[in-house]
Amino acid sequence: MLKIWSMKSAQQKAENADGAAGKKKKVTPAQLRVQKDLSELSLGSTMKTVFPDPDDILNFVLEITPDEGIYHGGLFTFTFTMGPNYPHEPPKVRCQQKIYHPNIDLEGKVCLNILREDWKPVLNLNAVIVGLQFLFLEPNASDPLNKEAADDLRSSRENFRRNVRIAMGGGSIRGVTYDRVLTTR
Amino acid sequence: MAAAATESGVSRWQYLDHIRRTRGPFNQDSDVSEEALATLDKTKILVIGAGGLGCEILKNLALSGFKDIHVIDMGTNSYALAPDTIDISNLNRQFLFRKDDVGKFKAEVAAKFVEKRVQGVKITPHNCRIQEFDEDFYMQFQMVVCGLDSIEARRWINATLVNMVDMENQDSLKPLIDGGTEGFKGQTRVVFPTLTPCIECQLDLYTPRAAVPLCTLATIPRQPEHCIEWAHIIAWDQEKPFPSLDKDDPEHITWLYRKALARAQEFGITGVTYSLTQGVVKNIIPAIASTNAIIAASCCNEALKIATTAAPSLGFEESYMMYSGDDSIYTNTFKYEKKEDCAVCGEVAKPLEVNPNWTLRELLDSFSTKADLQLKKPSIRAEGKTLYMQFPPSIEEQTRSNLDKTLKEGLGLDVNHEVAVTDPAFPALTFRFILRFA
Repeated sequence: MLKIWSMKSAQQKAENADGAAGKKKKVTPAQLRVQKDLSELSLGSTMKTVFPDPDDILNFVLEITPDEGIYHGGLFTFTFTMGPNYPHEPPKVRCQQKIYHPNIDLEGKVCLNILREDWKPVLNLNAVIVGLQFLFLEPNASDPLNKEAADDLRSSRENFRRNVRIAMGGGSIRGVTYDRVLTTR
Repeated sequence: MAAAATESGVSRWQYLDHIRRTRGPFNQDSDVSEEALATLDKTKILVIGAGGLGCEILKNLALSGFKDIHVIDMGTNSYALAPDTIDISNLNRQFLFRKDDVGKFKAEVAAKFVEKRVQGVKITPHNCRIQEFDEDFYMQFQMVVCGLDSIEARRWINATLVNMVDMENQDSLKPLIDGGTEGFKGQTRVVFPTLTPCIECQLDLYTPRAAVPLCTLATIPRQPEHCIEWAHIIAWDQEKPFPSLDKDDPEHITWLYRKALARAQEFGITGVTYSLTQGVVKNIIPAIASTNAIIAASCCNEALKIATTAAPSLGFEESYMMYSGDDSIYTNTFKYEKKEDCAVCGEVAKPLEVNPNWTLRELLDSFSTKADLQLKKPSIRAEGKTLYMQFPPSIEEQTRSNLDKTLKEGLGLDVNHEVAVTDPAFPALTFRFILRFA
């Protein structure tokens, strides 16, 4: 074999290594990155994280309680799942409630550009959280996942607002029953 | 019988031996003694993947004089959690397989075939995922050659080989030769773990798979692929026709195909076919036999050069050979730089001496007083274990009780466990330490 080892020794001399017996246990790159992302999160007063298992930081739930806008008074929860390839792949985010929103479908899928086509490894969890928060303040009729809700918003904002309130109260719109998300606060 | 075998063996490797015995400008210092020549016989080499590249690599290595080869084929069928088996569509380029082999394990059939055709080689097949083996398994090889189609598998073996490098053990440094093809394009890279840029350093070279916005799929599909993706991502989820999607089950693909076709008709889009559906859902990249042959040959050349020192290999100077057959032929060999902040081979964890009876609080306090750290609000994790996080508040609350536990008894930390420390005062840094007990 090549004289690789002598090169390795030369490299290591300056770094002054030492080793000991015992099984190595390394923190994975995805965990390292999520740890960093979490410590830089700015949640404000409208968001909260819940970790079902604090040792598994790759899975958590984000609670959003918008304090203004059409969705004011609701409590929405999103599951966040980061795979082993994070941040080279975006986090998977899903809304746990069935809600009436032009950019969130009835299965909870979210249409947010940075969760799919515009994700880049330099983005972080904070960018996603800001994006989600924005969706509740400014629902967007031009990128619809729930087409009825988008048409509704486009034709009459007042009508849309009324329907959102009905849906948030657990009512139904055009035959679809939505989850009650109103908080008692 | 034995004598005849030896004699035919001599003539069989005559030309290869000649190359190895002849000193040239690049191997003046090589050891060309009989003893050194015999080392090739003892080299144990691991091939990962027994597909298009893997078949070529196994054949080439055996014909180059490697005698002890292991092959793992872990399969890409992540849904069925079973090793990949031979599909009829493989037969055009995976030439070690015949029609009768359809449904059998790739590694097994490939090993048997090459053993039968090349006398004196021993090939040991493993039908499982690479992740099922630990460092002890990988330690037995002198070299690893990859012929994979998965970035994830490459990253895993790369990280494993980098982590295995141990200053106390020369044999722990295993060169990694990575081949890859996509249509008419291909690449060969050689990594000397921790010494030269690793796979993770070069991750930016992959172009991410172009994703279509979800709302386009949901409302305004324009291409047949949009209809298929809609069936795959949205319709499947809504209707859940089967408990979970098995991309290799024709019944499942047929369901998606019918859904996509109906949607295409609704929007006046043409071009949705069964094979396109299969291609989009399984993300099939066209494979071309001759590209595989060229890249595999290059990989095996590097393996032979590293094992014999007969000529300089890729690695220390130029480490990356790209090949393009798209527009006539073009190849370029270049040097890729190591990434200083590489998540795998950069900022390697530093040893940190601690007292196993310290509480976590005492450890964190020591970070604030250490002159080279001075961390006031450290958060700390170990592999699969959140020791203490200052933020967000919910996890702080959940991990606060760990502060009064002792490192070894209370928290299960041990020598050689890595801990990662972050602090909001240094947003760009992660401090990584390997624990040593004082």
